[in-house]
Amino acid sequence: MNITVPMIDTDARSQRMPNSTAPAIELENVTKRFRTPNGQSYTALRDLSMSVAPGEFCAVVGPTGCGKSTTLGLISGLDRPSGGSVRVMGKPVQGIDPAIGYVFQSDAVFPWKNVLSNVAAGPLFRGQPKKKAMQQAREWIARVGLAGFEDRYPHQLSGGMRKRVALAQTFINEPQILLMDEPFSALDVQTRTLMEDELLNMWSSLKASVVFVTHDLEEAISLADRVFVLTAGPATVKGVYTIDLPRPRNVAEIRFEPRFVQLYQEIWEDLRNEVMISYERTKQQGGQ
Amino acid sequence: MQQIGGNIVNEPMTAPVDRGERIDTSAVRNRRILINVLRVLLLVIIIGGWELATRVGIIDSFFWGQPSGIWAQIVTWVTKGTALGSLWEQIAVTLEETVLGFIIGVVLGVISGVVLGRNRFLADVLGPYIKAGNSIPRVVLGSIFLIGLGLGIQSKVALAVVLVFFIVFFNAFQGVREADRNLLANARILGASQLQVTTQVILPSALTWIIASLHTSFSFALVGAVVGEFLGSTEGLGLLIQNAQNTFNANGVFAAMVILAAVALLSEFLITRLENSLIRWRPNTVSDVTF
Repeated sequence: MNITVPMIDTDARSQRMPNSTAPAIELENVTKRFRTPNGQSYTALRDLSMSVAPGEFCAVVGPTGCGKSTTLGLISGLDRPSGGSVRVMGKPVQGIDPAIGYVFQSDAVFPWKNVLSNVAAGPLFRGQPKKKAMQQAREWIARVGLAGFEDRYPHQLSGGMRKRVALAQTFINEPQILLMDEPFSALDVQTRTLMEDELLNMWSSLKASVVFVTHDLEEAISLADRVFVLTAGPATVKGVYTIDLPRPRNVAEIRFEPRFVQLYQEIWEDLRNEVMISYERTKQQGGQ
Repeated sequence: MQQIGGNIVNEPMTAPVDRGERIDTSAVRNRRILINVLRVLLLVIIIGGWELATRVGIIDSFFWGQPSGIWAQIVTWVTKGTALGSLWEQIAVTLEETVLGFIIGVVLGVISGVVLGRNRFLADVLGPYIKAGNSIPRVVLGSIFLIGLGLGIQSKVALAVVLVFFIVFFNAFQGVREADRNLLANARILGASQLQVTTQVILPSALTWIIASLHTSFSFALVGAVVGEFLGSTEGLGLLIQNAQNTFNANGVFAAMVILAAVALLSEFLITRLENSLIRWRPNTVSDVTF
């Protein structure tokens, strides 16, 4: 793969963030094993190394069930690695760092809180005065286009609207590290494109480092600065691709550009093998 | 939540949720009328058949009671009072025992359920004892409470507490265990402390389970109070029933039963009201089957 670039390419990033050369997220030879219910050990990640520069948008693609979400769990501090080291902003991860935001794949908004309380939850948990938290929450609700829906409960909203609530809920904490686990996979294609554009807008003003897990290569290329391809589980990094498409990007149209198609073909070449391996494996397991 | 006016509550909106908006077509109305007519008819047939059977002599009213006799008994109790004093006093005593037992049992059950649901280690240690405690026929404890706590209200409250506790405990425990892991992770990422996770995520998600258990546990509290009075007391509806039984007054037993049923129905209504106000956030999945 001639496109594969070295793991740490700080020179490309340092133009955006001149002051900090240390990576925002750094995983070094990380291994993660789980104990299965029948007492066996299952390796989800093996010797996985990756690093994300401050302000960089990274996408992680790989076959289903390969351990993409596990990686996010380790970075967030919700989970501990079995081996190797995970560092966030230079410090080893110990517990949950307040600088981290996490958008989950499934709905994780609180069903018993209305939109306003859901969005205000973060600041309130962190001990902000109620008035200020509510004020901030209203601003974020307006930013994600939900003004007027403050007193609705999540079950009264559409899937796309709930995702907006989740985004506002995360962004209100102004995370420096933003972890996203297939956040838009449950949305229909049109809503998804809109949300992707909105995400890019919010990201460019927030200047956060993003790790965006997805199984959708198109989504990965249209959003990210770099795309990591993981192998079929146990996952390790198979290749890293720099996406040199200009910003700001229009997610709906960028996929028609020749350079996009070219990148897609290169990365897909790499990804396809892993997808096939994973597919064959599931078939075998099903046959047993 | 507090600062919001109710200005847009009933606006049509993009996401369709019409909670309980009635589609009152004539077909639906006719169906409802038919159901109500049949309900009344069924009652008339049962009560009327019973009354008729006793008058004709198929059923001996001395042993099995008689609707008109039951009614007369209730009227007597209401107008002239019972052998134990005013009827209202008896109801008040039983109700006091029930409500006290219910509240104490619910509070203890919820606290223990949440604590054990959150603490796997403690749950593993105490698990077998709780299972054993639950399998004891707890009504028998009524005798112990009577010996230990005397004829007064305490022994009845204690019995009601024991009956209520396990129902609420198991539901609260299960509710805590069923709390969505994603929601817990999200709360922690957003910055919630352990206490905040418990009060703002665990409790609300367990609330559906807890409230569902309140319906059954109130009737159990009532059973506890009445059985406690059977076993030994100086006042209350249970004693009234026992008196009736000792004097072979079948109508008296039934009359007390009717009064207890009325109390239970009223409490059921109040708990449903509480349920609706506490879990307003929930989509209206509760079907309109009402018994």
